[in-house]
Amino acid sequence: MRLLGFALVSLFLALMVYATGGLPDRGNPEAPGHENVWHYYLEKSMEETATPNVVTAVLADYRSFDTFGETIVIFTAGLACIVILMKRLK
Amino acid sequence: MIQQPSTIVRTVVNLLVPFIQLFALYAIVHGHYGAGGGFQGGALLAVSIVLSRISNGAESLERFSSTRATVIAAGGMLLFGLVGIVPMFFGASFLDYEGLPLFWVHGAELRYLGILIIEVGIALAVFGTLVLIYDSLAGDKW
Amino acid sequence: MVEFDLSMSQYAYFMVVLLMAIGLYAMLTKRNLFKKLVGMVTFQTAIYIFFIQGAVRLKSSVPIIDEEIGMSAAQYVNPLPHLLILTAIVVGISTLGVAAAFLIVIHRRFKTLDDQAIMGLMKEPD
Repeated sequence: MRLLGFALVSLFLALMVYATGGLPDRGNPEAPGHENVWHYYLEKSMEETATPNVVTAVLADYRSFDTFGETIVIFTAGLACIVILMKRLK
Repeated sequence: MIQQPSTIVRTVVNLLVPFIQLFALYAIVHGHYGAGGGFQGGALLAVSIVLSRISNGAESLERFSSTRATVIAAGGMLLFGLVGIVPMFFGASFLDYEGLPLFWVHGAELRYLGILIIEVGIALAVFGTLVLIYDSLAGDKW
Repeated sequence: MVEFDLSMSQYAYFMVVLLMAIGLYAMLTKRNLFKKLVGMVTFQTAIYIFFIQGAVRLKSSVPIIDEEIGMSAAQYVNPLPHLLILTAIVVGISTLGVAAAFLIVIHRRFKTLDDQAIMGLMKEPD
């Protein structure tokens, strides 16, 4: 069992190391991940929201609906903990 | 039976908790200008309570009950939801802070205030929920 | 044929992949359910690190707008991965709490966390 797991993990490791060859260099400014909408946030956040920290501005203003969903998930997880560990009625 | 921590541990923790809470408040309101924000501040607040729970045991549970944590978490969610819904009554869309009924500020300043209210809501929700998770996992046998 | 570059530009990916392999090994071979959970969290952390290092752009500053650096977007790193991982960390902690609650319930019911023993106990009627 342990040997099989070790073999599977080695296979996974080899596959992943092979796949890193296709990724862009670390810190490359022209990587495909940097061709998105984020220029807009950095250039407009100061004039539209008066907030210098762009992470906060995007988190709580531009993408606040997403944050609302995340907060609901957190709250539901807390309620689920109570319900799971509640004392059962005999 | 869990052995009670020593006097040194309890004294140091009781000394540390107010400072952690002060730093948590700083993290919440400083989210506009640097590292910080609702999630981080809420986690720090929760850590202060959990630290007190670990060292003081049932005494901490009397001072800050898990019912109160539930109310705080629900209040944070309610604050977030209200900030989302109130602009809809003033002609703006959901979570559009420029429709908040604070008539003495306009434009970017209003969105700045909206972000601050949202951060406080997130912090309360995270704070309550993390304390709630700790309480339900640790149980009530001290 | 993909070219391998063992220099500074790729080493972050190897660390991430190593962390992922450690997490996967714990999930596959450990018999204690809580150790499996720790493996899952390790895997999750590897994904966080992968996203965060994807935000880096060389010769750029943190995404907090500063008068001295200027308003041009090319001077700052990408803020979106930071934002996504910030929420993902807190959601990860909450789901970890739910998983631990499930483990407590399993331990109350079967008095063990060994997965083979639990599979055996589930088959026989009580």
